[in-house]
Amino acid sequence: MIGPAFYIAAAIAVLATIMVITRYNIMHALLYLVVSLLAVAVVLYLYGAPFMAALEVIVYAGAIMVLLIFFVMMLNLGKESAEQEKLWLKPRIWIFPSLLCIILLGELVFLVLQNHQPAAEVKIVDPRAVGMALFGPYILAVELAGMLLMAGIVGAYHLGRQKEKTLHRFLENNEL
Amino acid sequence: MNVHPTTAGMLLAGVLFVLGLISILVRRDIIFMLLSVEVMLNAAGLAFVVASSHWGTADGQVMFIFILAMAAAEVSVGLALILQLYHQLKTLDSDEAAKMNG
Repeated sequence: MIGPAFYIAAAIAVLATIMVITRYNIMHALLYLVVSLLAVAVVLYLYGAPFMAALEVIVYAGAIMVLLIFFVMMLNLGKESAEQEKLWLKPRIWIFPSLLCIILLGELVFLVLQNHQPAAEVKIVDPRAVGMALFGPYILAVELAGMLLMAGIVGAYHLGRQKEKTLHRFLENNEL
Repeated sequence: MNVHPTTAGMLLAGVLFVLGLISILVRRDIIFMLLSVEVMLNAAGLAFVVASSHWGTADGQVMFIFILAMAAAEVSVGLALILQLYHQLKTLDSDEAAKMNG
């Protein structure tokens, strides 16, 4: 039997994901997605994977979401961005995500204070075992993941460069 | 309501995955579609960790780390592609990119 902690975190995750897919404003959706990822991190912690929960917060909710948010902010630079931001910061917009975050925070504090033991059927896999598996039988996959990240960096750098013209070189003379 | 933890976790992962799938099918804004892929990847990772805790082995968590690395690479390349698309089409509507105008 799993406790109410799982149900609360799961409900927040599902609710925040529903809010993600129904928002019109991309920024609101991103902030709701951060809440959803934090709720999933709580669920991972309850399933005996504390290291994965930390990685979820640091990499997903931290790095990837910040990348997306910076990207969205970079795209709509201009005069209207200030008043748009004023529009975004109305209390009825940020009060609901804040409420969800506060419920999550209260749950985390409660779990830490009462020295929560996981449910009887859930087995804890400690980070040591994960590390031993990662650099033992999965070492080839780790190297492949490193190559994938390298390809991602090179690809993002190459694609992200601003080009003056995107026409084909044979068409350039005809245009001029 | 006495649900086995593995069942509950898999149900949660399934619900999150389906929500991401609905979003990627419904939305036309291309950043929202990238976001939905993130939601689906996250749900898959959650399913891996739940299975890992069910069997008591570390393999599922290893897969979660790989999913994390892949999501990071995918987001960086995807955002660069969206940037190129935005500079060429001046819009984020994915229907605008349906024709290749080649």
